Amino acid sequence: MKTWLLTALCAAMPLTAAAADKPASLKVGMTTFLTGPASVFGVPAKNAAEILVETINAQGGIGGVPVEVSFIDEGAGAETLTSEYRRLAESGGADVMFAAISSGNCQTLAPLAEDLKVINFMWDCGTQKIFEEHSYKYVFRTQANATPEMLAAAIYLLKTHPDFKTIAVVNQDYAWGRDSWDIFHTALMAMKPDVKVVGEFFPKFGSPDFSTEISRLQALRPDVILSTNWGGDLDTFVQQAAQRGLMNSSTFVLPLAESSLERLGSSLPSGHIVGARGDHYFRHPERRDDDAFKDFMARYEEKTGEISVYPVFHTAQAFAALQAVYEKAIEANGGDWPDEDQVLAAMAGLEFQGLGRPVKIREDHQGIEAQLMATSVQTGDHPFATLENIMIFDGADITAPVGEVSVDWIGGLDASFLDQVNVATYAD
Amino acid sequence: MTPTLFLLALFDGIAYAALVFIVALGLTLIFGVMRILNIAHGSLYAIGAYATVSLSGWALALGLAPILAFPLMLVSAVLVGLLLGGPIEWLLLRRIYDKPEVLQLLVTFAVFMILEDVQRLVWGTRPYFEATALQVLGNVTVLGVTYTVYQLILLPAVAAALLLGMRFFLRHTIIGKLILATTEDREAAQSIGIDADKVFLFTFIVGAALAGLGGALASPTTSILPGMGADMIVLSFAVVATAGLGQIEGAALTALMIGLGRSFAVYVWPEAATLVPYAIMVAVLSVRPQGLFGSPSARKI
Repeated sequence: MKTWLLTALCAAMPLTAAAADKPASLKVGMTTFLTGPASVFGVPAKNAAEILVETINAQGGIGGVPVEVSFIDEGAGAETLTSEYRRLAESGGADVMFAAISSGNCQTLAPLAEDLKVINFMWDCGTQKIFEEHSYKYVFRTQANATPEMLAAAIYLLKTHPDFKTIAVVNQDYAWGRDSWDIFHTALMAMKPDVKVVGEFFPKFGSPDFSTEISRLQALRPDVILSTNWGGDLDTFVQQAAQRGLMNSSTFVLPLAESSLERLGSSLPSGHIVGARGDHYFRHPERRDDDAFKDFMARYEEKTGEISVYPVFHTAQAFAALQAVYEKAIEANGGDWPDEDQVLAAMAGLEFQGLGRPVKIREDHQGIEAQLMATSVQTGDHPFATLENIMIFDGADITAPVGEVSVDWIGGLDASFLDQVNVATYAD
Repeated sequence: MTPTLFLLALFDGIAYAALVFIVALGLTLIFGVMRILNIAHGSLYAIGAYATVSLSGWALALGLAPILAFPLMLVSAVLVGLLLGGPIEWLLLRRIYDKPEVLQLLVTFAVFMILEDVQRLVWGTRPYFEATALQVLGNVTVLGVTYTVYQLILLPAVAAALLLGMRFFLRHTIIGKLILATTEDREAAQSIGIDADKVFLFTFIVGAALAGLGGALASPTTSILPGMGADMIVLSFAVVATAGLGQIEGAALTALMIGLGRSFAVYVWPEAATLVPYAIMVAVLSVRPQGLFGSPSARKI
C-alpha cells in the first residue's frame, strides 16, 4: 500500500510542476519618474497604470489572477533604483518588471534583469542601442525605439516640406539629445543630401533660458528648426521662441511635442511638426471611436484633469503585452497557470494592442510600433493646439532590420525610401 | 564675428547676467553679513517663481489687469522673505551661528531638501508657464532680431537699480550702517548696543526676499518646475565664489562676465556654452583663491 502511494505521488509530481498553482496575484514592478523633470512622463504613466490595473481586475484579472502593481521612483538615482529593482524582483516576488523611462536606466537594468532572471518589459525608454549591441533572454521592448521615431519625423518633414534648404538643431546636451540628432541628421543627409545644417546647439539639460540660442537662430534664419527637447525644456524653448517671433519665420520639428500640447496652450502656433513617440494621440484617428479607447480617455481625464500623453499609451502597451502573453501561455499550457519559461516562450512573436495600433515583438525582442506625425493647428475647439494632416507610418518599414545597426542602415537609404514607406493619412 | 553678432551676444549676455545677479545678490549679502552659505537660497528662488505664477494666475482668473503681474512679483518676493526667510533664521540658523561651518552647510542643505519636497507637495511636478508680465511689455526689434522688452530692458534695469540701491542702503542709511558694523565685528557691535540678532534676522529676510524676487522675475521667461532651484543655487554660488564671498559689486561684475561668456560661447563655440561659467570660476579661483574681490581672511569655506 505504501509503495503504491509513493509511486502514485511520484507519478503525480511532474504534473503538479507543469500545472503551477495559480498565484494569489500577478505582481508587476514598474519603474517610473515620480520626482525630477521627467516626472512629466512618469506621473501620467503611474496614473495610467492604476486605471489599467483597476480595469483588468474588474474584468477578473489575467486568467483569473488579479494584477498588483508597485512603483519604483527612477528619479531617486541609479543606485537606489537598482537596489529597489533587485529587492522587488527577488524578495518582493515580482513576476514581471516594467523598466524604464530613462534610456540610461534601461541600459543599467537590462543586464540586471538578465542576472535576476526576471522578465522585463522596457516600456518607454528610447535608445535603439540595447538590442543592437546586446541580446537578452529576459528583456523585451513593448514599444518602438529612437530609430523609427526620428525616421518618421524626418520622413514627415520631407513629405510636407520637400523644398526646405537649411536646418538648425536645438537639443538637450545628454545622450537622447545627441543620439536623436545623430539619427535624424543621418536620415536627412541620406534622403535629401542638399540640406545645409546651419547651426547645432546643445544647451544643458534643464536649461531655464534659450534666449541666446533664439537670438542666434533669428540671425541665422534657418527654414527648419529641429528640437527633440521634452518636458520643461521643450515648454521653455517653444514659449521663448514664440514670444520672440521665431516660430513665424521657421518651421519647428518637435518629435516629442505631443506630450506638451496641453501645457503649451496657445503658445504653440499652427503649422509646426509634432511627433508622439509612437501612434499616440488622445484623438487617435483610428481608435477614437472605439469604446475601450473612449472609456479610457474619459477615465484618465476624470482622474487627472489632463489629456493623455504618450507615456500613458506606452503604459497601456506594457499592460496589454502582459495580458496577451499570460493568456497565450495559459492557453499553450492547457488552461493552467504557466511557469516563467512558458511565459518567455509565449513572448516570441507576441502581438498585443494597447491604445494605438497593434504592436508586435520581433525575434530580437524589439517591439514594432507604428509612428504618428502631424502638424499643429489652433482650431479654437480646445485651449491648446491639436493635430491635423496626421500621418501614421507602419512601424515595420522604418525600424532597422534585425541585426542592423540603426545609423548604418539609415545611412544606406536614399530619396526613394520616402515612397516605399506605408503611410495612412488623416485630415485631423 | 561681425559687429552685429557682437551686439546681439552682448544684449543676450546682459539680460542673462541681470537675472543671475539678482539671485546672487541675496546669497552674497547673507554670506557677507552672517557668514552662512545658504543652500536653501535655491528653494527660495523657486518658491518665489511658483508664488508669482500662482498669484498672477489667480489675479488673471479674477479678470484683473495683466499689468498687476508686476506688483504681484514684489508681493511674492516679500512673502518669501517674511514667511520663509524669517522663520528659517529665527527658528534654525540662530541656533547654529557658533557651530562648525560644515554643520551650518548641512542645515541649510536640509532646509533646501525639505523645501524642494514642499514645492512638489504644493505645486506638483507639472511645469508651469505664466508669461503675462512679459507679454504686457511687448517686443522690440534690434538689428533684425526680436527681443522682449522685459528681458532686454526691464531685467537689466532692475538689476542695476538693485545694485545701486543696495550700495546706497548699506552706506548711507542707519540700518545699513548697523548691518555693516555687525558684519565688521559682531561682538564690538553688540558692545556698543547694536541688537545683532535683529540685524541678522533683517538681513536674512532681505536676502531671502531677493531670492524670491529673482524667481519672480525669472518666472515669465521660463518653465517653473521641480529642480529649478538646484540649478540656480549652483550658478549663483559660482558667481558669488568667483567674486569673493560677500562682495556685492564683485557679484555684479562676475555675473556680467559669466553672462557674456556664456552668450559669446553660443555664437562662437556653442559646445562650450555650458562649461563657460565654471571655466571662468576655475580660472579666477586658481589665480585668486579668495575670489576676484575677496580678502583672504574673509574666506570661511
